[in-house]
Amino acid sequence: MSAAALSAETESRETRRASIFRRFVRTPSGLVSLAIVAAIVLVAVLAPWLAPYDPNFVDLANTKAPPSAAHLLGGDTSGRDILSRLIWGARTTLVGALVTIVTALAVGVPAGVASGYFGGRLDRGSSWVSDALQAVPGMIILLVVASGTRSNFGLIMATVGVLLAPGYFRISRSTALTIRNEPFIDAAWVSGLTHPRIIVRHVLPGVYAPIIIQTALAAGIAMGIQAGLQFLGIGVANVPSWGAMMAEGFRYMLASPLLLLWPSLVLGVTIAALAVMGSTLADLVRVRTVAPRRTVAQANAATASAAALEYSSAVRIDNLKVSYGAETGDIEVVHGVSLEVAPGEVLGIVGESGSGKSQTVFSILDLLPAGGACTFDGLWIGGKPIHGMTRRERARLLGTQIGYIPQEPMSNLDPSYTIGHQLVEPLRSVHRKSRTEARSIARAMLARVGIADVDRVMRAYPHQISGGMAQRVLIAGAITGRPSLLIADEPTTALDVTVQAEVLELLRELQSEFGMALVLVTHNFGVVADICDRVVVMRNGAIVEVNDVRSVFAAPQQGYTRELIAASLDNSETRRELDAIHAAASREA
Amino acid sequence: MIAFIAKRLAAGLILLVAVSVGTFFLAHAAISDPTVSLLGTTATPAQREALALKLGLDRPLVEQFWNWARHAIVGDFGVSWRNFQPVGKLIAIKLPVTLSVVTFATIITALVGTIFGMVAGLHPNSAFDRAIKAISVVLFALPGFWVSLVLVVWFAIQLKWFPAVGYVTPNQSLGGWLRSITLPAVSLALGAIVVVAEQLRNEVIAVNKQDFVRTLRSRGLSSWQVNVHILRNASPAALTVLAVMFVSLLSGAIVVEAIFSLPGIGQLTNSSSQIGDIPVLLGITVVSVVFVVIVNFLLDIALGWINPKVRVK
Repeated sequence: MSAAALSAETESRETRRASIFRRFVRTPSGLVSLAIVAAIVLVAVLAPWLAPYDPNFVDLANTKAPPSAAHLLGGDTSGRDILSRLIWGARTTLVGALVTIVTALAVGVPAGVASGYFGGRLDRGSSWVSDALQAVPGMIILLVVASGTRSNFGLIMATVGVLLAPGYFRISRSTALTIRNEPFIDAAWVSGLTHPRIIVRHVLPGVYAPIIIQTALAAGIAMGIQAGLQFLGIGVANVPSWGAMMAEGFRYMLASPLLLLWPSLVLGVTIAALAVMGSTLADLVRVRTVAPRRTVAQANAATASAAALEYSSAVRIDNLKVSYGAETGDIEVVHGVSLEVAPGEVLGIVGESGSGKSQTVFSILDLLPAGGACTFDGLWIGGKPIHGMTRRERARLLGTQIGYIPQEPMSNLDPSYTIGHQLVEPLRSVHRKSRTEARSIARAMLARVGIADVDRVMRAYPHQISGGMAQRVLIAGAITGRPSLLIADEPTTALDVTVQAEVLELLRELQSEFGMALVLVTHNFGVVADICDRVVVMRNGAIVEVNDVRSVFAAPQQGYTRELIAASLDNSETRRELDAIHAAASREA
Repeated sequence: MIAFIAKRLAAGLILLVAVSVGTFFLAHAAISDPTVSLLGTTATPAQREALALKLGLDRPLVEQFWNWARHAIVGDFGVSWRNFQPVGKLIAIKLPVTLSVVTFATIITALVGTIFGMVAGLHPNSAFDRAIKAISVVLFALPGFWVSLVLVVWFAIQLKWFPAVGYVTPNQSLGGWLRSITLPAVSLALGAIVVVAEQLRNEVIAVNKQDFVRTLRSRGLSSWQVNVHILRNASPAALTVLAVMFVSLLSGAIVVEAIFSLPGIGQLTNSSSQIGDIPVLLGITVVSVVFVVIVNFLLDIALGWINPKVRVK
């Protein structure tokens, strides 16, 4: 990376930081919390000028006095002005928090950055110390330090800082680690920058944001601990503190509740403001996610009042549109697709990724990802109209009338449960089988899909079997309910070449044995030639061509279809697929 | 499995030794002359010297530590410098109180945190999710003792639903025991609930996006059944938080115990530190580190049960 590019990168970070601050101030929570924290800081700094009285000045006439013009918040148990004590208490609280933060920063951040950046033994050593520090009973340590140094609150708050340092250590370590693994760091090193320079110019800027967020939280925690210690009576008697005021208020809570109210209120509001500040900042720094749509529920209904017609088809969908919510408004990814599959027919849906083929079958299943919504003029499954059904009613079709085979076998099995459990559970709850019945059906299904060691696979967890086996397990799971419609989304794409052909063969066998209609989504014309009766070619969310397989291979109507066929031939994965394509083509010729 | 247990035990022992050594020398550095705090400022130098001799304070620090460690290994933590009662017995009296409160707080946290985290995670950005988020930001930050003060004023003094102070043993009255630990447990739990809920929410959102959840739905499982799968896969992070919280409260609930006048470990820590009763403080430290080791061990077992991939071979 050139020096110019390096400095450009630093600059863009700086402008980004400035814009985060601007956005922070523009949010109501950011503005309010910042204003409160700023006000507290100001009060603490200006305490000598703001406080109407000396905080330790005793006016016996003012003992437990209610608020008055002379003493706006009244007097405490020894007749001291509560407002003045609150103002001076702000100073005590802030100084304490400052000592804690500075200590925690000084201990945690350098250690964290160095650990993450250099790694190795240094990293292991300091990580162990950090973990050990978190196992230390913090309050005991604090009380020991407090009892030894009775009046030295600075030292106590510095100890709090050491105890809070692991928090800083962890975030700066993980951030430094992430940045360390960026390629531009290696580039900078190769181009002759020294480690300290790389850390200062590239690692530290990345650590800023999480540290500021952590600091807002840590300051709140430090104030809480500080007030807690003061509440227990630790601290110097003539230094006004919120915690000590709360302790006094607690003792006289029944007679003069206001004594407890004021310091609690100030402490609570300050800590809350710091927390809101940290969380607002964190929200701004975090990468924004797409806002899920709230219209999903209504949108999954039929748009037009399709008559309650019945069709003999296994599935028929009219004018399907799928869209996703985005920050800039909804984006339509499927634009009015209609298709129909006859019972026992095998339909291939072919297209590149992004063509909308998976979205189409997920709409039929009613399993679109969060944020997605579909509309259609009509949908019939097994000849029955589905439009007008509630989502609950549609869910009942799954596993009984419709079976689904996913693309990626390993990610489609729950890693926490055994294969046996995952096959038995739907049999018991959906098909109401007894435990023994369900187990024997599951075993029979596993044997049917060609798994040799059924006993072992039933007991195995997904990570203990191969991808090919996992796909067979998923096929078994899809057909246990004897569905009339099987939907397979790229069922062979993630598999080894040798396994692909076997799985395809298995699908074909099962399809004819059970007489199921099969909708097969693929990007591979070899698969289409192998198994499909009819093909739908999709591109950019629309159907470009529908025809039976032979015609498509013999005389593709669209240039796009020709390109796809040519592409499939180029990286045709198996000899067999190639043969099949040639066979299909030559049959036509 | 045996190798795993041995490894964890060894790591726990190292931690125990490190923390004990650290606390011992820190305590002696901080409390340079314990006889001052033990006898008060009115004691004569001769009286102080006699006590120092009795407590073995005249010996070199390393020898004192060795004397302590030698007995601690076999479970003898010495006697309190204040009243010469065995440290083990003092802790055994106080521990049930703290354990009741902290265990109750952990149960509340687990239940409520799970419900909140699941509902918020299954419906991200819903009104409920945003409400939880708004509350949790503040509740997380507010110290437990601050919350207890609010709870005492409200539920004990205004509404009189619970006793404001005091502890009832379960032998005296089971209902009274529950009532006496409810407010302290709730005030400790509130801050932890939001942390657990937040962790769980984020994990639920992540798990919900995974392929296997869609496949489970495609099998016809009810949303309740699918949610069980989601919860199990999402729980490790929240469980870890829960374990950390349990241990930190064992010795950290000092102010809350003071507010509710609970005769627990926190109270013993506070009174012992004020007079520099080092043997008692060391005993409490050892006990709490032992709990850290035990809880972390149980946590590892639980995480292995949840996720078979990390299960030890």
